[in-house]
Amino acid sequence: MSWDTALPLLIVVSSLIPGLIIFFLAEKQVAARITLNMLGVLVKLALAGVMLWGVFHGHHYEVRLPLLPGLDLVLRADRLSMLFVTLSTGLWFVTTVYAIGYLEDSPHRSRFFGFFSLCVTATVGLALAGNLLTFLLFYELLTLVTYPLIVHRGTEAARLAGRNYLIYTVGGGALLLLATVWLYTLTGTLEFTARGFLSGLDAVHHPALVVIFVLLIAGLGVKAALIPFHGWLPQAMVAPAPVSALLHAVAVVKAGAFGIVRVIYDVYGVEFAASLGVTLPLAILASVTIIYGSLRALFQDDLKRRLAFSTISQVSYIVLGVAVAGPMATIGGLVHLVHQGVQKITLFFCAGNLAETLGIHKISEMNGVGRRMPWTMAAFTVGAFGMIGAPPLAGFISKWYLGLGALDADQSWVLIILVGSSLLNAAYLLPILYTAWFKAPPASWPAERFFGRYETAWALLAPPVVTALLTLVLGLLAFAPFSPLEWARLITSREFTP
Amino acid sequence: MIGDIVAIPWVVVLIVLPLMGGMACFLFPTISKSLGLMTALAIFTAVGGLSWQLVEEGAQRYAIGGWGASLGIDLYADGLSLLMLVMAALVGLGVSVYSSGYFSRDKANHFWPLWLFLWGALNALFLSADLFNLYVTLELLGLAAVALVALAGGRGALTSAMRYLLVSLLGSLFYLLGVVLLYHSFGSLDIAILAQRVEPSPAVWAAVGLMSVGLLLKTALFPMHFWLPAAHASAPAPVSALLSALVVKASFYILLRLWLEVFPQTNTAFSQLLGLLGATAVLWGGLMALRQTRLKMLIAYSTVAQLGYLFLAFPLATSCAWTGMLYLLFSHALAKAAMFMAAGNILRYGGHDRIADLDQVAQRLPLTLAAFSLAGVSIMGLPPSGGFVAKWLLLEASMNSGQWWWAIVLILGGLLAAAYVFRVIGYAFTQAELPHEAGVVPARMEWTALVLAFVAILLGFISPAAFELMGIGAPFGVGCAG
Repeated sequence: MSWDTALPLLIVVSSLIPGLIIFFLAEKQVAARITLNMLGVLVKLALAGVMLWGVFHGHHYEVRLPLLPGLDLVLRADRLSMLFVTLSTGLWFVTTVYAIGYLEDSPHRSRFFGFFSLCVTATVGLALAGNLLTFLLFYELLTLVTYPLIVHRGTEAARLAGRNYLIYTVGGGALLLLATVWLYTLTGTLEFTARGFLSGLDAVHHPALVVIFVLLIAGLGVKAALIPFHGWLPQAMVAPAPVSALLHAVAVVKAGAFGIVRVIYDVYGVEFAASLGVTLPLAILASVTIIYGSLRALFQDDLKRRLAFSTISQVSYIVLGVAVAGPMATIGGLVHLVHQGVQKITLFFCAGNLAETLGIHKISEMNGVGRRMPWTMAAFTVGAFGMIGAPPLAGFISKWYLGLGALDADQSWVLIILVGSSLLNAAYLLPILYTAWFKAPPASWPAERFFGRYETAWALLAPPVVTALLTLVLGLLAFAPFSPLEWARLITSREFTP
Repeated sequence: MIGDIVAIPWVVVLIVLPLMGGMACFLFPTISKSLGLMTALAIFTAVGGLSWQLVEEGAQRYAIGGWGASLGIDLYADGLSLLMLVMAALVGLGVSVYSSGYFSRDKANHFWPLWLFLWGALNALFLSADLFNLYVTLELLGLAAVALVALAGGRGALTSAMRYLLVSLLGSLFYLLGVVLLYHSFGSLDIAILAQRVEPSPAVWAAVGLMSVGLLLKTALFPMHFWLPAAHASAPAPVSALLSALVVKASFYILLRLWLEVFPQTNTAFSQLLGLLGATAVLWGGLMALRQTRLKMLIAYSTVAQLGYLFLAFPLATSCAWTGMLYLLFSHALAKAAMFMAAGNILRYGGHDRIADLDQVAQRLPLTLAAFSLAGVSIMGLPPSGGFVAKWLLLEASMNSGQWWWAIVLILGGLLAAAYVFRVIGYAFTQAELPHEAGVVPARMEWTALVLAFVAILLGFISPAAFELMGIGAPFGVGCAG
């Protein structure tokens, strides 16, 4: 086995093995658990770095294991998969640090970190999936290993949220399975191919392909929280903050969005999908989701709930970008996969800090919190402006390319959606900033804890500050080599004839 | 050396070993536990020997005493028999280890001889080449199983054992009538000989009908499943595991042999009927499992549903469908045994198996819960697991044949399974106090359940190799091994 076949396996296994060992650690073996966690994170980061470099230089990483008659488990690193691998590995790193700080002294940490590692294993696996079967396998695995994290708190609300999550995701998985088998019986292959593998199929099958497309999008849309499959996401905010970060930025909704990208590019092919007439309805669905999510976010007083509805809206930018079916919009959608993740994880970290340090859960309790926790709220502010799309932050880059792409593809109505949603973003995020910075603080906070030198524990403070800086850097250095934007251009150049 | 291993008549060893072991356990009850465990290990090894033999030399036919077919007793082993034997060996070894921690001394004295006797009957059944021999082994199997159900003691267990006995006898009787009809018409009961002689005639149809009804009753296909949940749920945990994992599969195996080899002229109407009943079983079993308040009843109804899947292969009738169905049968055996063992652990620890109060227990037995969950993954048919591979092949076969409605049943069945499995798991994360002192669960009982469940998951990764072994002697046609 050469390095080229070993690397994709190793990067998946690098979090699997620590995760499995962590399950068997006793609750009080804190040092061992942290060591294993960080070891896994660092090895995975290093491997991701090596593979990123290799893929950039045209290296081919692929491994195949027979799984079913005629179908293999394929892990392959291409440009698109590396975008997602790098994103989730990087964010996993900060989330792990955050989770270690967040869960200090809480029960069941071995269980938590075990599943946490399995979660990123599944995510990296589905990012590297070289065919639809492998994708399906890791997609279902992701459902299973996220469930214990959502119900981690063990309250009745957590149990119900977990149940709801399963109803949506297991149902979605079933649709995906059906669609995958159907596709396989039509084509005899499931291998992801640049520009798709379906365009050669006889025109008799085109109606079937449309139905399959609907099934696939429904199955993936559940995780991507597309309307009307979004109901589980706001409910799942009962989970601890690191889990919210995982759901909203690192793994779950991203897995759905990434899957939609894969289906449109590497199963159907953008141009073939557009000729089937399925991309426009998808773009409309994404637009509706964008507006609906923002409107609902306006009316939430619970901070995490507002952020959850914001995610529903923001993730659909990715879908919108690929569904507009032009090169520029594609760049915007792909780059938003990264940008949304970095920004949203910042916001969730900050929300978690407020809850852990001061016991604040509602926006109406946030009066003047900026004076008590300036670093946290500064990070929050950067993330929020990024979400709104203010230059020079990361979110601006995404929206700029989405807008350009819409004009490019003669779909100027998308511009209205973008402007409208940016206004709505401002409408639900700016009041939070106003409350936090400009209102007078109350005499006492709901449940204040002190952590010595900083406003909160350093493990809780460092992650949002780092990701907020990243939001800034990704915007400022958008044209530097290896930036997400440049990488998205590389991917796009493969999908469209110049 | 290798030649020696191949030359041993493993088929005979596999029948003689458990019977001798059972006898020894009966004669020396003080050391029955060690004797039983040793026998289990020996059988496990012997199955390994047989698989080697089959890989080296292909399907085996062995005439006991050299008499040969039509007069003497023939034993026959191909990929299909091997699959069943391996299944019995894996589950059997697991059950043996589990039982060595489960039973108290006086119960163990009864358990070991009966169990090894049952194992012997199973092995003999999977290796029999003629219909009468199959009848004898089926009857022995039924009697041993009934005695094991009664082992739990108490009024409930005795009632369900009695009902089980009646059903078992009735089923065998129907089967025997069919056998008589066939013998009368064709003068032989050897499967291979019958396969050449049988021609469609009223007598044959009557025989097919009678034998099928008898076997379906024993396999508990909907609507003849009424006896199963009570019998499987009221037995001691390791016995429940045996019944659900192995015993119901035995009568199904006979049905399959008949269907594939003696009456291969597929009757569309009849196979569609079987498929329909199977589909109903999948949905009905799933719904009933959802409605149960007791864990063991839930698992027993899950067996009703899973047995239903097996019959979906009949209307599809392609090599892929048979392969998938058999893989389901195999992985279900492991997963279901693990589930019943997990339920046994919970019962032992908390003193009850009320699902609504499981939060008191599940959290304190993480290994058991892990076993239940992993087994659940295979039962739901989620990847990666043996259940997924099986379901994929069945889905593929139904889409390929244009009978997409079976695919819908498969998907719905999976959703129902997810619903009832997670109904249990959901309670594992909420916290509650145990109202009384906890029972002691030996580590080996937790680990056996976990290992069996893990093997069911592992099956999701080794299917190409497994299909090759199953295909030895081409018992169900070729064309699905990739």
